[in-house]
Amino acid sequence: MSVADRVRERLATEEGSRVLGIRSDLLDRLVKTIRLDLRAKIGFTIVVLFGLSAVFAPMLAPHDPMAQAFGMLQSPNPSSANPLGTDSFGRDLLSRLMYGARISLAVGLGAVTFGALVGILIGLFAGYYGGWLDDLLMRAVDVMWAFPWLLIAIILVAIFGQGFWNVMFAVGFAYIDDFARLARGEVLSVREEEYTLAAESIGLSDTEIIFEEVFPNTVAPLIVQFTVFTARAILAESTLSFLGLGVKPTTPTWGALLGQGRGFITQAWWISIIPGIAIMITVLGINLFGDALRDAFDVKETET
Amino acid sequence: MTPRTPTQGSTREEPLLEVENLRTSFPTDRGDVTAVDGISFGVDTGEIFGIVGESGSGKSVTALSILGLAADGEVEADAIRFRGEELSTREMSAVRGGEISMIFQDPMSSLNPVMTVGEQIAEVVRHHGEVGESTGILSELRRKYVTGTSDSSRSWQRAVELLDTVGIPDPEQRANEYPHQLSGGMKQRVMIAQALAGDPSLIIADEPTTALDVTIEAQILNELFELRDEFGVSIVLITHDLAVVRETCDRVAVMYAGELMETARTETLFDEPTHPYTKGLLRSIPRVDDDREWLNAIDGTVPDPFNRPSGCPFRDRCDAAFELCSEPLDRYDATGTDHEVRCHLQHDAVDIDDGEPVVEGSLHSRLDGTETEPLDERSGVVEPGGERQ
Repeated sequence: MSVADRVRERLATEEGSRVLGIRSDLLDRLVKTIRLDLRAKIGFTIVVLFGLSAVFAPMLAPHDPMAQAFGMLQSPNPSSANPLGTDSFGRDLLSRLMYGARISLAVGLGAVTFGALVGILIGLFAGYYGGWLDDLLMRAVDVMWAFPWLLIAIILVAIFGQGFWNVMFAVGFAYIDDFARLARGEVLSVREEEYTLAAESIGLSDTEIIFEEVFPNTVAPLIVQFTVFTARAILAESTLSFLGLGVKPTTPTWGALLGQGRGFITQAWWISIIPGIAIMITVLGINLFGDALRDAFDVKETET
Repeated sequence: MTPRTPTQGSTREEPLLEVENLRTSFPTDRGDVTAVDGISFGVDTGEIFGIVGESGSGKSVTALSILGLAADGEVEADAIRFRGEELSTREMSAVRGGEISMIFQDPMSSLNPVMTVGEQIAEVVRHHGEVGESTGILSELRRKYVTGTSDSSRSWQRAVELLDTVGIPDPEQRANEYPHQLSGGMKQRVMIAQALAGDPSLIIADEPTTALDVTIEAQILNELFELRDEFGVSIVLITHDLAVVRETCDRVAVMYAGELMETARTETLFDEPTHPYTKGLLRSIPRVDDDREWLNAIDGTVPDPFNRPSGCPFRDRCDAAFELCSEPLDRYDATGTDHEVRCHLQHDAVDIDDGEPVVEGSLHSRLDGTETEPLDERSGVVEPGGERQ
């Protein structure tokens, strides 16, 4: 019926149970979730649209984001040349927005991935082993939690300097504690489940049980957390850029665009409002998409 | 299933599994709770050995202790021998799921809900069989949750074969389903298939039919029977259901408050129960053909684990209790071979440990109320007045 179906048929192997090497029931569930749920559809569309425009910005952007046009300073007029107007240097806002998406989305995703990796590892081990290891790790996490994220990020950027990777780690660092806490809580309940004992009885080692049995059972809430925090990380990057501690002052990122427009808010509102709207829509889309992902990963929710 | 080397000659001499003086206690805030208190038994090759007892009598803890899975418990034993060899903790974890496997009580919660049942069996095959497929964490994660084990791989084929063996119809299809898509009986069959996947010689089944209805129970028990007959697997069947014991077990041990009160061949136990507790248990089985208003329950409750009576744990509920019951128990032979009883009523029989009667003369007369002579004067074992109230 749809393109997805036809693609699936084309790609399905002889066994008919795998698509591109992925078990087809997993993909089916994802496709079904997106197809059946309007919110999931909206989220998916937004994520794909923004993702594609970020990836293909160099090809899609109508102008060079750095090219100044002094005849077009602060032009609000939507025109075929500048659909979203220009900024105070006459640079095309749409192009800057598209290029900005590259940094903002990359920093957002990268930061949360970093925070999730470290945090989930801490949470898994602390929750599974308990005892002194749990105390040690979780007290360390408590210490991190006691500091406001912005303060930590500012300190880290101040120490290590600006730049894409530094900003990413600085933002991601602040999320370690949240992921650790959530993962640990989930592990505590999964650890008491009988199938964990059963896994032990079939001869799996602790490490194998942690990663192969316990972790997959904690994934659902972590996915939701991941998407919520991706949205937050984009905001965090914007905040840092707004404060001038972002990637690089000249690089267009959404936060930087917003910050640059601040001075002209009375004369040219669109310079800061439009990036703001972009951030808002992205955050919304990612959250909706995250809910859909969570449903798709929950094998029990396919009884429809 | 690969053929197993049958034990030649009399199997009585070297049991497949031998447990000697197993003790398991759990430290709690209120002090240690002894869940298993010095039990000993042996399981022969191809035998179905029943452990029967009330809830909380320590049956499951026994099973977990043998396998080294009693997480917070402190397990001590003079010896746990498998095939005549003592297994270290490390060796035991290698044997677990392979040579010795376990079937859990509740099939609803013992299967990983996010993995297809085929994967859960194939994973055991990979860990314990010689299929030459990697069990690295990354490849296992990929196989189990993303790509699925390839249909052409040996572990998957074996998984499907095992599902067929345990009587699951349409196994190719079923292997790709998640636990919640199967019925309780099906899930228990999957558990059995999983237990078989490592080619075990001993399966410890912890109340495998408790969570199932009676029809399914019969099927599952049949399945266990067939396993024994077909593959010569020994089975330790833990249950609280005497009917199940009678139908399936070759030998049976009655457990009470962490101790084995009586161990005997099944027929012997049902025909000539010797321990008052066993007698009480058998009396309490309701029968279809009687018109009693009341069931013959055993009075009283299981002793408080924090405040266990000295000596025999059953003495507070026992009609036949007398002064000697507060003394530590020994094992006694009852009606000939293969019948052990831990009860002071038997102490005039021969003590297994040193072959000598502990106290001369029969004490059975006391039970009849004919004995009036204070016990302490005769044996010097018990304080005047005794502790028995």
